[in-house]
Amino acid sequence: MALRNFLTRNLLLNKCPLRISQRLSHFTFVPDTVSASEGETQRMNLFQAINNSLDLALSSDPTAIIFGEDVAFGGVFRCTVGLQEKHGKSRVFNTPLCEQGIAGFGIGAATAGATAIAEIQFADYILPAFDQICNEAAKYRYRSGGLYDCGSLTIRAPCSAVGHGALYHSQSPEAFFAHCPGLKVVVPRGPIKAKGLLLSCIRDKNPCLFFEPKILYRSAVEQVPVKEYTMPLSKADILVEGDDITLVGWGTQVHVLREVCQLAKDQLNVSCELIDLVTILPWDKETIAQVGNLNIMAFLSFSLLQKKFLKWETLAI
Amino acid sequence: MLPIRLACYGLRSVAANCKRINIGALSQITRKFSSDERPQFPGSRSQWTEKLEFIRPDLYDGIPVYRVMDRKGKVIDPSQDPQLSQEMVIKMYKCMTQLNTMDRILYESQRQGRISFYMTNYGEEGTHIGSAAALDPKDLIFGQYREAGTLMWRGFTLDQFMNQCYGNMEDGGKGKQMPVHYGSKDLNFVTISSPLGTQMPQAVGAAYSYKRAQNGLCVMCYFGEGTSSEGDAHAALNFSATLDCPVIFFCRNNGYAISTPSKEQYRGDGIAGRGPAYGMLTIRVDGNDVFAVYNATAKARQVALNEMRPVLIEAMTYRIGHHSTSDDSTAYRSVDEVRYWDERDHPISRLRNYMLSKGWWGDVQEKEWKEDCKRQVMTAFARAEKKLKPNWKEIFTDVYHEMPSHITEQLKQMEEHVQKYAEHYPLKNFSKD
Repeated sequence: MALRNFLTRNLLLNKCPLRISQRLSHFTFVPDTVSASEGETQRMNLFQAINNSLDLALSSDPTAIIFGEDVAFGGVFRCTVGLQEKHGKSRVFNTPLCEQGIAGFGIGAATAGATAIAEIQFADYILPAFDQICNEAAKYRYRSGGLYDCGSLTIRAPCSAVGHGALYHSQSPEAFFAHCPGLKVVVPRGPIKAKGLLLSCIRDKNPCLFFEPKILYRSAVEQVPVKEYTMPLSKADILVEGDDITLVGWGTQVHVLREVCQLAKDQLNVSCELIDLVTILPWDKETIAQVGNLNIMAFLSFSLLQKKFLKWETLAI
Repeated sequence: MLPIRLACYGLRSVAANCKRINIGALSQITRKFSSDERPQFPGSRSQWTEKLEFIRPDLYDGIPVYRVMDRKGKVIDPSQDPQLSQEMVIKMYKCMTQLNTMDRILYESQRQGRISFYMTNYGEEGTHIGSAAALDPKDLIFGQYREAGTLMWRGFTLDQFMNQCYGNMEDGGKGKQMPVHYGSKDLNFVTISSPLGTQMPQAVGAAYSYKRAQNGLCVMCYFGEGTSSEGDAHAALNFSATLDCPVIFFCRNNGYAISTPSKEQYRGDGIAGRGPAYGMLTIRVDGNDVFAVYNATAKARQVALNEMRPVLIEAMTYRIGHHSTSDDSTAYRSVDEVRYWDERDHPISRLRNYMLSKGWWGDVQEKEWKEDCKRQVMTAFARAEKKLKPNWKEIFTDVYHEMPSHITEQLKQMEEHVQKYAEHYPLKNFSKD
């Protein structure tokens, strides 16, 4: 009883999450670092970096609003902690439980001049909003001949496997949206990237989907620059240089692939290049097109084949 | 022994964790919670009952239909006559009749293969003009597809309507959509999209934005009774009420969603019956009575802005025309039914009778206006038909705010392809600019 209470209290108080996650996790998070020229940094995990990014967005843009289920008290993953107190109830507020409503509301708010930052509680529940996102948001500018747009809309959602989430708390739905022109789809691999990329999405003049790998919320810790900064969208990162084969991934999987690169080197004497795609749509064709041997995700394969890569060995998954 | 020990432990930890609650307060809470006066549930706000009784919806009369004029255009209660000026009333009449004339010409032009598709507004002109006239021209309108009269009222020209239907190079929408998917930034009319009901939660978001901007404007959201069955409609009504948005929801209940009659669309008291359930101010009006529509919309706007809350108006009307040029409604309703509405309860004839009774209109003006109106429509029509289609490169524009490299690449590929195989493409029909 006493031991169970001790463990429960410490997990709740976030005292030893790292030890638990290392034992149960399928990967080891490898933090990014920044150069000293980026100035003062602060130790932040992923949800803290996102919280920081949202705070900066609201502080710098008086039209910015954050809304969704349970965002008022801080959000089920604490991404919006403190924001309602700081920026007010009219700017950070709960909506009724309805994803299609959240997305539609966000589109309308953006169209009428607000910077709308919507939260979908789990990416698994973004599907009811699919019509609003793909039939409406993505096409708003195109179908109106540029008269109307919802470019100041950003929708963020926790995604991907966490271990115990099963069918409905683990989904990675980015591929459904990857084929919808008009949208931007972004997946960060850690706190430093997340803070800059989220701010870029919020300021981008196109509707953006920002999927946050939930397993990284607490376990991904980096020294994140405290200043305001953005990171470019549609720019892939070459994380590991290599000659024999290229691995392309995003989100949590980037850290798994790091381990794969090491294993391949140690056990197979294969030199792997690792690329984090970062933006799924529009994706960085230039960086990927320069690679040598390629292990590609299915939806990239056709367009790369078009680029006469047939001579190389390609494995589409 | 064990239960007592655990009970003591429980009480101790409760006491330890409730340091701020003293014994006096605790007994007050228990007193309140055991009170028989009202239920204390956070989600409830009513009384107790000991009678096992289900609400029988069919035993209640529906929400009444507000009207100003009778079917012949005679004002029933003079205090409800909005006393609009002669100029305003004639403008309303001319707008409704011009809409009607334009509909006839464009419907015919589709039958002749000149435009690909069209939707008429027959019978619903009153809902458009009556409501649009009561709004501020800067109020943002989100429509469904059968609200062309609101655009016409605001000043969308015959040329603009026809350019969109022809999808020519002067279409404000750059020829990207099917006919009747109008949009205008200048006239604050958000571009129409085909999916039904999607505009409704968007209208709510826009209204919230306007509320924050404190610009003194409201949002008007039109939709049909069929669309009100969509999930987005429920989402919109609920969000608008919980978030206190200055939006007017205007339902055109015209009796049909293509072939589906309203009795197959809902079982309750129409759309107005749902308003109170969402906590919204609600009214049902005679949609064929321009003054009733005007009065209700004017009042709704006042309330929406003064009280920062949504209002629901259900305008009862009848769709005299087919759903669209792709529909033949004789397949599902009798010609007699349609004729009844056309001849006995039409917004245009009711307003004409009102004007006649005031001495503001007569046979001479009617004849002159009919000819003038037709001439205007026909000349605009001839102009639109002659114009070239937009430059084919517009296919690639406005996908994103800035054209990304992969689309620039596609555009280049298409350019090379069209150059190489020019004889296979009808380039002379497309603008070169």
